[in-house]
Amino acid sequence: MKILVALKQVPDTETKIKVAADGRSLDGGDVKWITSPYDEYALEEALRLKETAAAEVTAVSVGGDKAKDILRNALALGADQAVLVKSAETGDPLAVARTLAAFAEGKGFDLILLGNKGFGGDNASVGPMLAELLGVAQANVVTKLELAEGRFKAEREGDADSEVLEGSLPAVVTAQRGLNEPRYANLKGIMAAKKKTIEEVDAAPVAPAVTTVTLALPPSRPEGRKLEGDAAAQAAALLGLLRDEAKVL
Amino acid sequence: MILVFCETKDGKIRKPSLEALSEARKLADAAGKGLGALFVGATSAGAEEAAQYGADVIVKIEDPSLAAYSSDGYAQAIADAVKAKGATALLAAATSCGRDVAPRAAARLGAGYASDITGLAMEEGRLLVTRPVYAGKALATTRFETPVQVATTRPNVFSLAPCAKAGTVETLPAPGGGFLAVVKEILTKGAGHVDIAEADVIVAGGRGMKDGANFKLLEELAEALGGVVGASRAAVDAGWGLPHSMQIGQTGKVVSPTLYIACGISGAIQHVAGMSGSKVIVAINKDPEAPIFKLATYGIVGDLFEVVPELTKAARALAK
Ligand SMILES: Cc1cc2nc3c(=O)[nH]c(=O)nc-3n(C[C@H](O)[C@H](O)[C@H](O)COP(=O)(O)OP(=O)(O)OC[C@H]3O[C@@H](n4cnc5c(N)ncnc54)[C@H](O)[C@@H]3O)c2cc1C
Repeated sequence: MKILVALKQVPDTETKIKVAADGRSLDGGDVKWITSPYDEYALEEALRLKETAAAEVTAVSVGGDKAKDILRNALALGADQAVLVKSAETGDPLAVARTLAAFAEGKGFDLILLGNKGFGGDNASVGPMLAELLGVAQANVVTKLELAEGRFKAEREGDADSEVLEGSLPAVVTAQRGLNEPRYANLKGIMAAKKKTIEEVDAAPVAPAVTTVTLALPPSRPEGRKLEGDAAAQAAALLGLLRDEAKVL
Repeated sequence: MILVFCETKDGKIRKPSLEALSEARKLADAAGKGLGALFVGATSAGAEEAAQYGADVIVKIEDPSLAAYSSDGYAQAIADAVKAKGATALLAAATSCGRDVAPRAAARLGAGYASDITGLAMEEGRLLVTRPVYAGKALATTRFETPVQVATTRPNVFSLAPCAKAGTVETLPAPGGGFLAVVKEILTKGAGHVDIAEADVIVAGGRGMKDGANFKLLEELAEALGGVVGASRAAVDAGWGLPHSMQIGQTGKVVSPTLYIACGISGAIQHVAGMSGSKVIVAINKDPEAPIFKLATYGIVGDLFEVVPELTKAARALAK
């Protein structure tokens, strides 16, 4: 079985966001870059399938040179090979999906795993777009995955319930928290990864379907009010304010 | 034409879909376009309600093969409808279903896509959308470069605007089955299985609740206020038996209620990512330095085990 795992490099959540001088992109200066946390579940699932079902795991990332860090990490964790598809960050999910589809096409992957959304952009769309472009089944926001001969069964998170779906392989599956517990790289893995090469290919240019016109910091919330007194007094004051001032009751 | 993919539940249109319809009506009026409401399924019971929210045309794609949800089947039906109606914009609510099917339909149409938007405008026939990015720490405004444009609207952000229109019914052919993946079963989890993303009032508990059993206190307050209960990740992860569907934050649900009451929640950035769009925020925390107070409209520095029961009492008295 051949598995592709697509990984995205994103700013760590704790990062303070600064807007670059162009007014429409992130100032990457002080940013700490990490593997998008949902992608870690995707990679872990692939590694488990490698151990239990003798799968061969390819990690891929669409991005710039610094994305090699997360690919190196994927190798340290146990991915068999890693590929960087060099492309400028556009913030356009369709462009990324097209680039990934062009890479995956004809390579015979049985399963393509991704995080259900990339931290930061939060579009949650590269997975389903990739599935459509490749003409294969999809299962998104998956918390449980079982594979059988040419088929899969997945549990996905709904709005309030979960759904069990069944489909045919090849398929694109996007991972949700709960699918597994990602492992950490050990020293042996890190040393071995240093010896492996990260293949680099250039992405064919794709016309953007969406462009970011502005990136701005949100308006700050006005200073709030602290309520005084004992619990009963605070409760009475709060309900009065919610009713008469905020008018939400 | 602007087309809105509408979800139904128990023979009624879901509220997030009505919000998308309401917003689409405004957009259609401003752009001098027609508005279509699209229904896909084995039946479209409840579809007629779309006329009350401004649909000029109600487009139905009905077939037994669409009884169970299928990403690829529904995406195909939606894309077919967009083409058949010559629609230039497709909106859907950013629900679990909308987020699953809309990007797939967009790819099928070669259309630009933006998810979970909180602002919507049209400029020279092209959509211009606003959406929170980087855990709500920034707002991005995105322009579409494609002739067809697809976006999902964040629940509870756009207001309902009833507006009666003709609502002529039109039926289009279904894709014909043989889908790649199909939902076989719905598993009901969590108490009362409500979608907190649709709630107007949320009473959320964090690690400060100490134990899952104490969430009873929050349920009572939520009930008195006509709301539902949510939780921080620390509470969900604590092994108190709270389902992940209750979790609010970057790796949980994004909610935009009118009133959010955070009880024993510190206000970590990942939690804030899910609730900073709330209109009014109340924080109850015994630590006056807790970051949640920076966000709160009203802050109560105190022990939640004393404050919450008092609030419930007062809310019940108010309701009488
Ligand atoms: C990748 C990643 C994703 C994450 N995603 C999410 C997410 O989606 N949602 C989320 O919530 N978190 C998320 N987190 C976790 C987040 O960083 C915080 O750990 C979490 O939000 C803390 O939850 P808490 O506020 O309930 O607990 P704590 O931070 O422990 O705060 C508990 C608070 O309760 C107060 N308290 C205690 N007892 C009382 C009392 N009797 N009365 C009043 N107040 C009391 C304390 O003063 C304290 O402020 C994520 C973290 C990571 C790394």
